[in-house]
Parts: sequence; C-alpha cells; structure tokens
Amino acid sequence: MALFKAHYNLEKNSIALVIGIILAASVGGIVEIAPLFTIDETVETLPDMRVYTPLELAGRNIYIREGCYACHSQMIRTLRDEVERYGPYSLAAESQYDHPMLWGSKRTGPDIARLGGKYSDDWHVAHLINPRAVVPTSIMPAYPWLATAPLAVDDLGAHLAALRTLGVPYTDEMIANAPRDAEAQAIPDSAGAAGVTERYGEATTLRRFSGTPRLTEMDAVVAFLQVLGQLTQAPYAPDAMLEQP
Amino acid sequence: MISHLTRTERNVAMTLAALLALLGLTMAAVGNHDPMAVHGFMALGLGLVLVFAVGGVLEEPLPNPARLLQYYDDPIKVGIVLAMIWGVFAMAIGLWVAALMVWPDATFGQAWSSYGRLRPVHTTGVIFAFGGNALIATSFHVMQRTCRARLADQLSPWLVLIGYNLFCLWAVSGYFMGITQSKEYAEPEWYADIWLVIVWVTYLVLYLRTLKRRAEPHIYVANWYYLAFIVVVAMLHIVNAAALPVSWTGAKSYPAFSGVQDAMVQWWYGHNAVAFFMTSGFLGMLYYYLPVRAQRPIFSYRLSILSFWGITFFYLWVGSHHLHYTALPHWVQTLGMTFSVMLLVPSWASAGNALLTLNGAWHRVRDDATLRFMFVAAVFYGLSTFEGSFLAIRPVNALSHYTDWTVGHVHSGALGWLAMVTFGAFYSVIPQIWGRPAMYSPKLVEWHFWLALAGLLTYVFALWNAGITQGLMWRTYNDAGTLNYSFIDSMEAMRPYYITRVVGGSLFLAGICVGAVNIWLTVRGARNAAADRPLSPQPAE
Repeated sequence: MALFKAHYNLEKNSIALVIGIILAASVGGIVEIAPLFTIDETVETLPDMRVYTPLELAGRNIYIREGCYACHSQMIRTLRDEVERYGPYSLAAESQYDHPMLWGSKRTGPDIARLGGKYSDDWHVAHLINPRAVVPTSIMPAYPWLATAPLAVDDLGAHLAALRTLGVPYTDEMIANAPRDAEAQAIPDSAGAAGVTERYGEATTLRRFSGTPRLTEMDAVVAFLQVLGQLTQAPYAPDAMLEQP
Repeated sequence: MISHLTRTERNVAMTLAALLALLGLTMAAVGNHDPMAVHGFMALGLGLVLVFAVGGVLEEPLPNPARLLQYYDDPIKVGIVLAMIWGVFAMAIGLWVAALMVWPDATFGQAWSSYGRLRPVHTTGVIFAFGGNALIATSFHVMQRTCRARLADQLSPWLVLIGYNLFCLWAVSGYFMGITQSKEYAEPEWYADIWLVIVWVTYLVLYLRTLKRRAEPHIYVANWYYLAFIVVVAMLHIVNAAALPVSWTGAKSYPAFSGVQDAMVQWWYGHNAVAFFMTSGFLGMLYYYLPVRAQRPIFSYRLSILSFWGITFFYLWVGSHHLHYTALPHWVQTLGMTFSVMLLVPSWASAGNALLTLNGAWHRVRDDATLRFMFVAAVFYGLSTFEGSFLAIRPVNALSHYTDWTVGHVHSGALGWLAMVTFGAFYSVIPQIWGRPAMYSPKLVEWHFWLALAGLLTYVFALWNAGITQGLMWRTYNDAGTLNYSFIDSMEAMRPYYITRVVGGSLFLAGICVGAVNIWLTVRGARNAAADRPLSPQPAE
C-alpha cells in the first residue's frame, strides 16, 4: 500500500516524524478548545453576577492550598438526583471569574457548589476544627490551625490586580482597598464596612465569620464557603434572568 | 562518573552548576518569607553540591577516547535508582492517603500531612517522579540500542535527569508547604513549570541529536512513542501551565484561563497526560523490552503504524469526557465521547500487537517473571483502555463520575500497566547495563510479581465495588419519590472497600520494596564484571 510506503520513508526522517506528531496531535485541541473562547453562548450573561471580595478570594486560595478540591466537587450536573440533592445545576457563568476553576473530579465528600447559606458560620467553624464533632462518621481531615493562623491581607491588592489582568472586572478602588475590605468584611462594626457594600454590592455578607475578634484564616475560609453558589441568584430563578446576549 | 566528562564538558557543567546555585540564591533572596525561598535554598544546595562534585575532578586526566565507541549507560543507572527511590516513597505516601480515608485522624494534627496536601504528593510522585525517571532512563537505553549509537553528548543527559528531579522535588515539597495551582496532575507553580520547559527542550534536542547519529536507516517504533511522549507533553504543559504570578517574588500565581475554558484546557491536558505520559512513553518501553525479553519480533509492523497514529490523533479529542453533563457545551462532550469510543481501536491494536508477539514464547511467560510483568502490563493496558472507553460513554459516566470507580480505573492503569511494564523493563535492563548475568535473585522477582498482582487485583476490585455502590446509592429513589440515601450513608458504605484498598496498596508497596532490595543486591554484588556493551563502530548514515 502506498500509505505504508510513505510511512516507510517518514520513519527515516526524525524531523518529519516530529512535525507529523505535532500536526496529528494539534487538531483535537484546536477544534474543541478554540471555539469555547469565541462562541458567545458558551458562557451565559448574568446581570447580577459579582466578583469575589478580597476576603472570599483569600478563603478560596486557602481552599486551594489545602487541596479541598480533591474530595469536593463544585459542579452540579444536569441530572435529576444531583439537582434534588445539591440544588440547581451549575451554569458556566458561575465560574467565569474562577482562575482556576474548582469543578473537581471526585466526591469523597459531597458537592459544595451551592453550600453557601446551608449551614451557620458556627457549624462551619466547628466542622473545620473537628469534622467528627458535628458529623460523627465523617472522614474529612481536621483543620484546627485555620482558627489560629492570622490571615495575610497585605498583598491582596496584588492578587486582585493579577486577576484583573486576566479579565476579572476588579476596579481600581477594589484593588486599592483590598486589605481594608478584607478586614472590614469580617469586622462589620468597623469604619471600612460601608466601603465593602459599596464596592461589592448590597448582597455581600459582612459578619464575624469565625466568631472571634481576631482576623484569622478561618474567617476567610468560612466567608468563601458561605458565598458558594451565592455570587448570582440566576440559577434559582432561571427563566427570568437567563437572557442570552 | 563525572571524570568521564571531557574538559569542555566539565567546564560547561561547572558553569551550569554555578548558574543553578545563583538562581537558587536569587529565589531565596527575593522570596523572603514566601515558601518559594525554600525552593531557592534547595536549588542553591544542589548547585553547590554539583559545583564541588565537578570541581573535584576538573583537573583529573581526560577520559579514554575509546569510551566513545561504547554506549553511555551512567545516566541510565542513576535514572533507574532515582525511579526506584521515588517509587517506594510515592507508593508509601499512597498507602498513607488510603489509610487516611479509613482513619482520618492519622494526620497527627499537622497541616503538611492532611489529605489534600498528601494526595498530589502521591500522584505526582508516582506518575511524574517514578514514571518520569523510568521513562527518561529507559529512553536513554532504548534510543542508543535501537539506533546503535552512543548518546549525542555526555552532559545533556545529566541536565535532563538532574533538572527533572529538581522539578519533582520542587513539586512534591511544594505540596507539603501548600504551594499548588490545584490543576490536577499539573499542580506545581509557575517557576517550576518554566524550569520544566527548559529541561524538556533539552531532552527533545538530545533525543533528536542521538537519532541523527543512528547507524540504522529506520527509526524503530519504540522511538516514535518516546518522541510523541516528549513532543506532546511539551505542547500540553505549555498551554495548561499558562499563568500569571501575583508577583515575581512569590510562588502564588493565577492560571490564565477561567471557568469552562479552564476546565476544558485542564482535562485536555489531564487526559493527555494519561495518554502521552502514562501511555505513549510506556508503549515505547513495551515495544522494546517485550520483544527483546520474549526473543520474538513484533507481531505486526503495520499494526504498529496504525495504532501509533491512531493514538497520537484520537487521544487529544477525548479530554472532554471528564466533563459530561457539566456546564461544558454539549457538542464538546459529544465529540469527547465519540473519540473515546473510537480510541479503543488503536489501543487494542497496540495491546493485541504486544500479546500476539508472545506467540511462540508462552513458555517464557510461564517461566520468566520479568516477561510475565510485561505480559500482565499488556493485558491491563487492554483492560484499562476498554474500561476508559466504556466510562467515557455519557450515560455510564453519569453513574461512574465523581465516584471511586474513576480512582479504580486510574489505578488499574497506573499499577497494572505503568508500574508493571516498568518493573519488567527494569529487570530486563539492570543486569545488562550493570554487567551481571542476571538479577541477584530470580526468586525475589517472582515474589515481587505475585505481590504486585495480588495488590493490584485487591485494589481494583475493591474500588470497582466502591464506585458502583456509591453511584447507585446517590441515585436511588424510594417509594415516596425522594432520594433514599443521604450522602453520609454512601460514605459510610465505603468503609469496607477503603479498608480493602489499604490491604491491596500494602501488598503492592511490599512488592516494590522487594524489588528495590533485589535491585540493590544486584547492583552491589559482583563488582567490576565487564558490562555488556556491544560496540557500534559504524559511522552514522
């Protein structure tokens, strides 16, 4: 066969072989990935979608640092049992500001895409310090150090700035006030609290997430867990808000 | 070993080691209180050790020019030893994380030992550190033997090997400290990613330069697979690792893509790390060591061609099967599923080609545990690729996804295929390059084989059961039309399977420990025997 004869010559030339490999291996990615950036319907437009506050972002980074995504997915599939167990299925737009996405691949623990508001802050704090104190048969690791480690807020402005470069719509004010906003969100009776609501919207929750006066990593993690599924209300009232552009 | 370098190579090595120390010093200095500084000190330490090691032999007499007529096996030896060290370490960590799912308080209250930090230590350790060193070492062996040419130079193999292990060390130690991008199977941070690109380009250039020197007109099929492994992994890594550091003085970065695009890029990468790291490279291994050990030629040359290009083309389409029923557009899911099913054809062509090669050598499979390792590997390659295509079918995936079935599937590939073929290859190559008549103890090879097989089967059967039970419990409705089980019910049901998995993992770990001891005794015993180094005095074409 001519094809095998052609190959007979190809395998005598290492550079041609490398070029052949690159060509053969490029097609799949080009066809499947490139259009996701250009087809508008890929990500819905949600009018009330907001960005993470600096405190929530810090909590998200701790969630990443501890590898929580290895056991908890944040992607409710379009299946009846998942919607009944976890809530409305996840929309692409809900993770549009997530660098990286944390959809996960394994549910050793339950999906937490819509965890926000399901449990009290106190429950989360107790659960993170010792999961078996509130769920006796849980196999989740304990994270007691979150309650004592002070939260680093100084460089949060740089974090927001990096994310803005990547396309997340943080404003100059948000970047300039990031450390103050992080503190104020967890200490709601402080002077900066009004600024957080002003910049991130009325729906932003301000409270002492860890229940203690000190700003710790626990504040950030609980703030993040409580905002999961709450950045937009569109999934809960789909028809009214889901307008395609 | 270092005294085998020429004067120029010693000088260049000295410069590079000094540069590495300088890089480490810079990272340590600018990193200040960031964990990146720890990685800077590691590079500094390694650089200084290398400066002294090379400096110590700088003025020693030049090596015998006759060595250039022989194969260059020193880096292979080091690569094999490193692979075994990483293998024992990473599988021990694997056993620990398996135990954590039964005894969750076995973290001793430490941050570094919690499940989420240990898990990437295990996955990176096994796939990239154990598997990667095995691939680099065997590729150096296979490319020289099948080209009948010595490695193109004596320095770049060391650059590849030492540079790659520094990457692995940065990755693994980073997870303990909480440095991670959280992208599965691509967790290391930006500076480690950039470092890997440099190492990888050196590797490709070395491979191509050695192929250029070959005394055979044709490039043997094993080399096609190693080449695809090197080239495509580079492509995947560069796209998937695109990220913006928060500052140049810290480890933290944000990946360039977000949400659905990030998910697709991640699984395009993730599944093809399976394809080109865990499959293509190890098929290269199989295509050389299996026929050599069986003393039979490859069954079909044309089947090799078809399966090679089929794998290289189809695999890149299938990543989206990790995202069925998610917010990923339906058409991409459908393409992923379709190509996953089609992928079975070239995959089984490869597995079949390997098994049919054994025709006429089945008595050797029976008698020789080394060949039996590779036989089991080919069988599990066939089983895992079938299972993979099956799990990629959308309705099947509805049940299996997010469950332990996926974990079982990965281990059927990683233990049954990747590790088994590596052990077979190591037991074939070690006596040859160390100049021993055989492994120290054939009996220990048998022990290793049966421990590994028993561990593998225990493990995958436990997780098949676990996954299917989990999937069914999550979707069981009662007569009232509501979900019958709470999530915690399904988790409690996992306990017996998780205990069984610990048993399976222990057996497999015991196997590799037996193997490591046997390799150590082989290497140590009967020194100074003449190595088998067939000369290839012919000039390159």
